[in-house]
Amino acid sequence: MTTEQAPAAPADSPVGAAATTPPTPPSLPPALTPVELSRWTWRQLTSMRTALILLFLLALAAIPGSVVPQRSVDAIAAGQWREAHPNLTPIYDALGLFSVYNSIWFSAIYILLMISLVGCIVPRLRIYWRGIASRPPRTPRNLSRLPQSRSFEVDRTPAAAMAHAQSSLRKKRYRVDVHEDSVAGERGYLREAGNLLFHVSVVLVLVGFAVGNLFGYKGGVIVVDGQGFSNSLSQYDDFAPGSMFDPDDLAPFNLNVDDFDVQFLESGPQAGMPTDFSADLTYRAEPGSPELTHNLAVNHPLSLEDGEVFLVGHGYAPRVTVRDGAGNVGYRGPVIFLPQDSTFASFGVIKVPDAMPEQLGFEGLFLPTYAFSMDTGPVSQFPDALDPVLSLLPYGGDLGLDSGEPQSVYDLDKDELEVFKNDKGGDFRLDIALGQTKELPEGAGSITFDGLDRWAKLQISDTPGKALALGGVVLALLGLLGSLFIRPRRAWVRVGSRDGRTFVELAGLDRSSGGDLEREIDDLEKLLRGGTGADRESQ
Amino acid sequence: MTTADLAAFSNNAIAFASAVYVLAFLSHLVEWVLGRGVPIGAVGAEPRGTAAARASTGVGGVRRTADAGRVWRAERGTSEAGAPAVLGTQPPTAGDDDDASTANERDELRIEKFARIGVSLTALAVLLHLAALVSRGLGGDPVRVPWGNMYEFCLTATFAVTVFYLGLLRKHHLGWLGPVVTGFNVAILMLAVLILYVPAGPLVPALDSYWLVIHVIAAITATGAFIVGGMASLLFLIRRRAETRGEIAAAGYIARLPESAVLDRVAYRMHAFGFPIWTFAALIAGPIWAQYAWGRYWGWDPKEVWAFITWVVYAAYLHARATAGWKGKASAVIALIGLATLLFNFVGINFFFGDTSQHSYALSVVLAHSGLD
Repeated sequence: MTTEQAPAAPADSPVGAAATTPPTPPSLPPALTPVELSRWTWRQLTSMRTALILLFLLALAAIPGSVVPQRSVDAIAAGQWREAHPNLTPIYDALGLFSVYNSIWFSAIYILLMISLVGCIVPRLRIYWRGIASRPPRTPRNLSRLPQSRSFEVDRTPAAAMAHAQSSLRKKRYRVDVHEDSVAGERGYLREAGNLLFHVSVVLVLVGFAVGNLFGYKGGVIVVDGQGFSNSLSQYDDFAPGSMFDPDDLAPFNLNVDDFDVQFLESGPQAGMPTDFSADLTYRAEPGSPELTHNLAVNHPLSLEDGEVFLVGHGYAPRVTVRDGAGNVGYRGPVIFLPQDSTFASFGVIKVPDAMPEQLGFEGLFLPTYAFSMDTGPVSQFPDALDPVLSLLPYGGDLGLDSGEPQSVYDLDKDELEVFKNDKGGDFRLDIALGQTKELPEGAGSITFDGLDRWAKLQISDTPGKALALGGVVLALLGLLGSLFIRPRRAWVRVGSRDGRTFVELAGLDRSSGGDLEREIDDLEKLLRGGTGADRESQ
Repeated sequence: MTTADLAAFSNNAIAFASAVYVLAFLSHLVEWVLGRGVPIGAVGAEPRGTAAARASTGVGGVRRTADAGRVWRAERGTSEAGAPAVLGTQPPTAGDDDDASTANERDELRIEKFARIGVSLTALAVLLHLAALVSRGLGGDPVRVPWGNMYEFCLTATFAVTVFYLGLLRKHHLGWLGPVVTGFNVAILMLAVLILYVPAGPLVPALDSYWLVIHVIAAITATGAFIVGGMASLLFLIRRRAETRGEIAAAGYIARLPESAVLDRVAYRMHAFGFPIWTFAALIAGPIWAQYAWGRYWGWDPKEVWAFITWVVYAAYLHARATAGWKGKASAVIALIGLATLLFNFVGINFFFGDTSQHSYALSVVLAHSGLD
């Protein structure tokens, strides 16, 4: 994009005035040919004004994505929002508001911006290529007309003053041309290079980002302490592949969560805050490769060749045994409960399809540190398992598993289920402490709270192109620094003599905005004046 | 000293620093009020030390005369030399015996005195502020950087703003920012203590990373630069409005502001300094840390979205400043929009989007969310 104006134009050149030129002539302009029209369109698109407007549009267009829950960011929140607003959902869907950053209009803006950018960069690269070897422009006839000019006498012969001017400008890193009675200097050639580097790098970052989105994947899985996971599609609880991802690209590793450990702050004003949680893993990068160990923690992922494993969450999995009316074990093992809040009161469901005579289901909360009040009912006081209790409502009937429709393991289909009733006709609630067994009413069976495991939520993802994106953004930063802090300047020195005295004229021009040209010329003046006086004193 | 003592000391030091900021603010207000009665040209025409004094305190500074550049340079020369001696040693001229002139001169000296008091108090306050930050970090058990929550971020950001202001005071003659910076600090520290305060404690695990140090220190530095730049842009708009309407009175705060071109340049410098640092904080350090902590370097989390919006708006500012028709007023407005998005990102996201943002610092809630997938 054109960040600088024509070089010699001093600040505030009245280009903007063109917009206020007199009204169009009464006769209609001749119709544009397609070529002219496309050229006009291209000019408009690659103009700085359009680029600015597109930048603003990009900023504006990003806002809805932070207000409406995004499917790709938080699928649960998006789902809940959709359920809560059935009338708005179709409209929002049509507008793509649940996935703003993949929507047509958002893509349109940044693609237009990219075209505008490339359309601006390419011609400027060409100009820069030609300009990089250029010499400083000839000394203007009247130096006093330039934004900064000085004129003073020096204690040197004209020839010595010329030589001194050359070395002074070189010392200030000017590219120097010597003319008959003057020296012309220019510096800051790299500013434009930085500028171009920045804009090219922005394109690189976008390419890297696109590669990650197209070929990468992100999946989540809950693994109970002591259990394992092998990286294949069927093992995932949720899986979000890029549109060009090939499942065969999944790295064939497997891992086992040997020991998951979490510590909570037990006292102080922020009691209940987790201070540390980590999982000891053993893993094989591929079947047959040596078994390795890794301590997985937040900020300490396991990096494999084609993917990384992150620890993103944890929770409780109480081990239960459910017996049916006949005394047969219908279910035995850990059940994953999902934490609802920072006290880790967790919600879960137990389904026992093999129970006789009717199927059994349980729904309720796991409370790691049990407390009860009349207002709130059973609650958890603390996130650590100090006094774990399962507080469940038992159901009997048909779990609806045979209908063929897939069911969530965290959801009880109560269409064909009846909650058990207590003597007073209310819902029968079971509060089961660790190790306890509770009988169901009507001899329907029993449930035992055998033990307590924890689970770790792992996120496995692969984001190809991230090195490209990182490299791009680092280059962009370097380019940015160059374009902001390298000051392109021109300076001229003319040496004249009258009556045996030598006069020096010094003038400068700043080709960027915001530079402190005056100080630069001050410094040059000091250099040009300096030297001789000091020499003399030292003699 | 126990960590609890340190934490308590930090609270006291913040209260103390706030009180000193209030005094500094009052002192600048007095300076400003006195300035209303003293026409600028009346004394400025005579080289009797006042010009140099103004340069060192920074009030006003630039004359509206044609040779402003020359005077400006002369003033800088003296302030760089560290003493207003060069001009002050000149022999008094005949006109000095004029009563009105001496009265004005006396007033200028009083104005200067209050400006100096204001700056000295600000310097004292910033030392207390620093002590508060250090003890807050040491009181963290384990010791940590003092920017783990919004309260601490407010403390550190106002500290950064003040350091910028004091650090550049001499070089860029920022005396006119005195009332704005001290007033801003008083307001933000008050809000932080009243609304955002949380007792010192350890960090949640996701924040326990050296990337926290890098990412947040860059974000705070950029925020400080953007806030100072935004103040300059705002004053630029005010001053420019007065200039274009020809309404600049002979005295008063606006008259004592530098010319709009100078304000614009200061604003640009601050933004040009802040932008690369913001780029580093939001688009390099942030994503690297996010990749380590959450397994994705960019996830369109609300905080990330707004950091990106801020970046885009400031990019637009830098472009606008170099585009014909967008210079001056338009780009200053864009800079202020940028500042608004920046502050919204800090205040708005944490308050309104609290538990859907992974930056909400309530990690267990976030983890519960990700556990619900």
